[in-house]
Amino acid sequence: MYCVHCGRPDAEGDHSGCRGVRAALEPPRFCAECARRMVVQVTPVGWSARCSRHGEITSAEPTSVV
Amino acid sequence: MTAAAERTQHSSTEDVLAVAREQVLDRGTGLSQEQVLAVLELADDRLEDLLALAHEVRMRWCGPEVEVEGIISLKTGGCPEDCHFCSQSGRFPTPVRSAWLDIPGLVEAARQTAATGATEFCIVAAVRGPDARLLSQVRDGVKAIRESGNDIQIACSLGMLTQEQVDELVAMGVHRYNHNLETARSHFPNVVTTHSWEERWDTLRMVRAAGMEVCSGGILGMGETTEQRAEFAAQLAELEPDEVPMNFLIPQPGTPYEHYEPVEGREALKLVAAFRLAMPRTMLRFAGGRELTLGDLGAEQGMLGGINAIIVGNYLTNLGRPAQRDLDMLADLKMPIKALADSL
Ligand code: SF4
Ligand SMILES: [Zn+2]
Ligand SMILES: [Zn+2]
Repeated sequence: MYCVHCGRPDAEGDHSGCRGVRAALEPPRFCAECARRMVVQVTPVGWSARCSRHGEITSAEPTSVV
Repeated sequence: MTAAAERTQHSSTEDVLAVAREQVLDRGTGLSQEQVLAVLELADDRLEDLLALAHEVRMRWCGPEVEVEGIISLKTGGCPEDCHFCSQSGRFPTPVRSAWLDIPGLVEAARQTAATGATEFCIVAAVRGPDARLLSQVRDGVKAIRESGNDIQIACSLGMLTQEQVDELVAMGVHRYNHNLETARSHFPNVVTTHSWEERWDTLRMVRAAGMEVCSGGILGMGETTEQRAEFAAQLAELEPDEVPMNFLIPQPGTPYEHYEPVEGREALKLVAAFRLAMPRTMLRFAGGRELTLGDLGAEQGMLGGINAIIVGNYLTNLGRPAQRDLDMLADLKMPIKALADSL
């Protein structure tokens, strides 16, 4: 599996920059299965991220304000 | 420091808030560049007094309402410009890929925004300036939002404009245009090399002349000096914008500013208050980076230190804290959300 923030293998290297407050403000950018850069759309209450090979993932359905 | 120098420093720091109370609070005249600098140089133990004064100024000259806005990226990434803070520049190895939002997606984002109680919806594109395709997408989008029965006010941020494009946006019913001066004029060439501060200023002049509301702010924490922060506040004040969005740098992976340190919380609050004292009547909006710089507690202090508008929910490429948390905060602070009827 790959890190969704930097695209490197989860088990290798330093991912300290991919955790914490900074990363919590970032939607996933890389596909966890193949590390391709995904096409990401952020909306006011969520996000979606699409890998050309593995399809789309989205944030949990917004419930609070809509 | 000699006793005399200490006295001088103490009286001059005391003075700037006393002067501001009379000049800004009582008379509604914003602080000058030198005065803003004096505010930014106040010792940390004056921060509470400073925030309290900025809050009084905001209540007196703007009132208790808070304008709530949502923003959406219509065209993401692949921008030809080189703004060094921006993950959407095509010139830096950032993980952001180009994307276009379709019209149903835009209508849905406008619906989500209106559902928060927001009165403003800003459509943003990562471009130097709009081309025919982008403008026609905006035109179709505005029309579709209206046809969906959503009467939220629509603002745009599409880069530098020609006069013709300004007129087109007015004709579409876009009531406000965002174009950030980003930073002090003297610092701008360090941040952007593909266009000039003056080009941005020219677009803002045209927007104003055409009768649209002017929204222009910037990002703090891009290596500017304290003097340049005061310079920036004065330059914004000279523009007399209807709205100033204040962003604090979120260092973006792959950009030249990737390793910059976020603005420290107390410094950010000082900036908020100083900008309020420079622009007593302007809508001062919390925009990106407040989550990183200020956290939840700091956001509240900012609301009680001069801010009277917020972006709720997510930003263009970054996530914010949930909209509901901001709405709860406003309810706790007993600050009413500006209603659509008030803004028409
Ligand atoms: S013009 Fe806008 S989108 Fe393009 S690089 Fe500059 S800030 Fe980013
Ligand atoms: Zn990582
Ligand atoms: Zn994949």
